[in-house]
Amino acid sequence: MSNSKKILVDPLHINNPITLQVLGICSALAVTTKLEIAFVMAGALTFVMTSSNVIISLLRNKIPPSIRIITQLAVIASLVIIADQVLAAFAYQASKQLSVFVGLIITNCIVMGRAEAFAMANPPGPSAIDGLGNSLGYSLILIIVAFFRELFGSGNIMGFEVMPTINNGGWYNPNGVMVLSPGAFFIIGFIIWIQRWISPSMQEETN
Amino acid sequence: MNFSNRYIVLFAASLCLALSLVVSTIAVSLKETQDANKLLDKQTMVLRVAGLVEREEQPTSEEVATYFENIDTMVVDTNTGELTPYDPETMKVDPRKDAKAKGLNKKTEGDWAKKAAIKTISEKQLVYLVRTPGKECVVFPIYGNGLWSTLYGFFCLKPELDEVVGIIYYEQKETAGLGGEVENPRWLAQWPGKKGLTADGDLLVEVVKNGKVVDDTTQVDGISGSTITSVAVTYMLEFWFSEQAYGKALDNIRQAIS
Repeated sequence: MSNSKKILVDPLHINNPITLQVLGICSALAVTTKLEIAFVMAGALTFVMTSSNVIISLLRNKIPPSIRIITQLAVIASLVIIADQVLAAFAYQASKQLSVFVGLIITNCIVMGRAEAFAMANPPGPSAIDGLGNSLGYSLILIIVAFFRELFGSGNIMGFEVMPTINNGGWYNPNGVMVLSPGAFFIIGFIIWIQRWISPSMQEETN
Repeated sequence: MNFSNRYIVLFAASLCLALSLVVSTIAVSLKETQDANKLLDKQTMVLRVAGLVEREEQPTSEEVATYFENIDTMVVDTNTGELTPYDPETMKVDPRKDAKAKGLNKKTEGDWAKKAAIKTISEKQLVYLVRTPGKECVVFPIYGNGLWSTLYGFFCLKPELDEVVGIIYYEQKETAGLGGEVENPRWLAQWPGKKGLTADGDLLVEVVKNGKVVDDTTQVDGISGSTITSVAVTYMLEFWFSEQAYGKALDNIRQAIS
């Protein structure tokens, strides 16, 4: 039990896919201008990663090693299409704003990384927990980044006005960098810094 | 583990078959809901550009249906200028799709078409006659190329077609923060009240380079840093109100709405 807890909790902080392994940066930059979009993206990724881990794990003894990468890719791609279709049917506005980024979950290194590194070698139960844990680690960073970007970039949280901007007759002058992708880099940089300050074990050895 | 080549090929084939079955089943079963969403989204845009609902408002499908009781969707024959009421049950008019369909489309010519990068358009177009008391107007679908992408939107004029009610874009992939600002409500807010068409159907309103507005009854200030997208808006409007598109139908539209 403590082992599955470790599998679930580690990716949230000590072994976070974004801030420690520095994977999945592309979507962390692209879909974090608004909190709502980040939630939808996090949900879609959680679905894809957990199910892909389970499916790959179930098939792990059947998959010929010579075609294992393309097999993983086929499974992940199918799941991504399903997620995309479901979003277009039930969360149309969000899917319109996410546009290509749902499709790009296929190229998110975290998903295939976990399939290859964990699901290929472990039974479905732990694989599911691993998929869930890593998606939550990814989601956590995404949501933190989106929170600050939306707050400082447009003065809103979840679309509700928190700091009225000058353009809307308020006092807050929105920070333009936060709306653009580089803004996410700064925030992720800060998160990495704070994490390593809290847990020095995460610090890389210097040469 | 050693796998024979036969096993590998069979494994790959059955995996593909299984996955494609799952994906296509889901895609087909969700198609209807997705199409309904798309239609609802488009109709909401018509309501927004006509000023019937606020920009942030997200009306339900029932509310949209109620609004559309006062809106007549008309088919415009771009060759003759004839107007006929649109009945989705019996007619299939999808201007965006038909623009590429042989037999339903026609080649465009002239400068504006070239500038808007529109090679063929559907012979039949749809316009919306809004008859909501006090908010009467006509909504024209427009599209054309910007810098990277085709911009799809709606342009709305008062019944006399001489004054702009609004413009809106619902689909574009221009640079976010620059050309993408064509969706920005603040930019769009410049449009209402500008002069629309003359009695002869010449377009008066135009987008000028950022900061170069001389006559604010007809000129709209372009988006700073994205002159190509801004000017593209003028090009597509010029094209859509030329004789090749809505031009021949303008008199009929004025009559139909008044």
